Amino acid sequence: MQFSSHQYADVTVATPVGRIDHAGAVVFEQALSPLLVQAGTAKHALILDFAGVEYISSVGLRVLMIAAKQMKGHGARIVIAAPPPVVAEILAISRFDRVLEIAPSVRKALEWLSQKALAAYAVGKTGTS
Amino acid sequence: MKRIRFWGTRGSLPVSLTAEEVRRKIVSALRGASGRAFASNHDIEAYVNGLDLTIAGTYGGHTSCVQLEPGGPDYVLCDLGSGVRPFGQAVQAHHRSTSPQTFHIFMSHLHWDHIMGLPFFQPAYVPGNRIRFYGAHPDLEAALRRQQDPPSFPVDFSVLRADIEFTCLEPGRRYDIAGMSVTAKLQCHAGNSYGFRFECGGRSVVYTTDSEHKLADPAETEGFVEFFRDADVVIFDAMYSLAEVTSVKADWGHSSNVIGVELCQLAGARHLCLFHHEPANDDDAISRVLADARRLEEITRTGAPLRVTAAYDGMEILL
Repeated sequence: MQFSSHQYADVTVATPVGRIDHAGAVVFEQALSPLLVQAGTAKHALILDFAGVEYISSVGLRVLMIAAKQMKGHGARIVIAAPPPVVAEILAISRFDRVLEIAPSVRKALEWLSQKALAAYAVGKTGTS
Repeated sequence: MKRIRFWGTRGSLPVSLTAEEVRRKIVSALRGASGRAFASNHDIEAYVNGLDLTIAGTYGGHTSCVQLEPGGPDYVLCDLGSGVRPFGQAVQAHHRSTSPQTFHIFMSHLHWDHIMGLPFFQPAYVPGNRIRFYGAHPDLEAALRRQQDPPSFPVDFSVLRADIEFTCLEPGRRYDIAGMSVTAKLQCHAGNSYGFRFECGGRSVVYTTDSEHKLADPAETEGFVEFFRDADVVIFDAMYSLAEVTSVKADWGHSSNVIGVELCQLAGARHLCLFHHEPANDDDAISRVLADARRLEEITRTGAPLRVTAAYDGMEILL
């Protein structure tokens, strides 16, 4: 599983790519952990761009639940964006769609979270990590 | 192993259909019959037999009690939920109390919904019958005696006239009982629970209820995958959704349909049977849990198909 992130004003967009299965979930959790600390401490929102995620297992979903709890504890929001149909189905079957915010695209998620970040995203004004 | 019969499939508390739920089933059945002509009772029976379980039947409301038929003369049960009452009645009706019977009863744990049926188990009152309890809780006998002490119940345990013995099993050790190879495994549940793997005649059945899978420890997951390995049937606690067991119902000691599908796929099991249904779920809700599990199995399948069913009171699985 690959993982990258970009900062758009006050929103972090993290992009996991590949299968978040039992092995991938370990990589996912390790990569996500510092972002949760940074975003939570700064009270920045976090978007997980799932467009490149092929599959997510229960262990990966558990990582999402922990991330959501951590962000909520900081009073910050986390949104899952653009899950492919299979992943969207898994989110629905597991009922995670009832406890997590899920947006059809990164742009829509940014619309929900921050106009400033949306503007930065639109002009491609990024800081890459 | 010849067959599995389900006498109680509900978690936590016995439930029954409400009058409103019965009314909705009648309305659905009549709606489906609209425009049809029924020339005979046979036609009516044929129509009803073709209806879905959620219209013409119900998942039922008795708490955990599952009968295994390894093929010998003795009876084998898992747990003594309220479902053991109709089981006992069926045994009494079959034998008419004329011949002593032997019952081997495996206890997953001692919570009320898994022991509440014993005071209503008629064969336990019949002299000559033999009841052999097996479990890994050292206080199994005390728990069964205590629930019949005053003021909880008017009939003392000593009134049970069957020949009753208790055997404490060591988890991880194989035992030969009633013609089966039996292994118990420790599970995550308040006060501990134990799953059982039964092997007999080339068939294997895993009974694993009241078991939470934390998902945080790969070694723990692998332990269950090995316990389920190549099982013909896995009877699995699917009481809550995955979202619930990882959030508001974490540490409640139960599992979900999603984890059931994943563990069975990893283990190469052939049949996942969802069990210990949430008492707040009506028939439609349980059917949605089943449909979701089947869909998950379909979209995540990488090997041989995994059959997925949801247990209901009265269901039989032929092996």
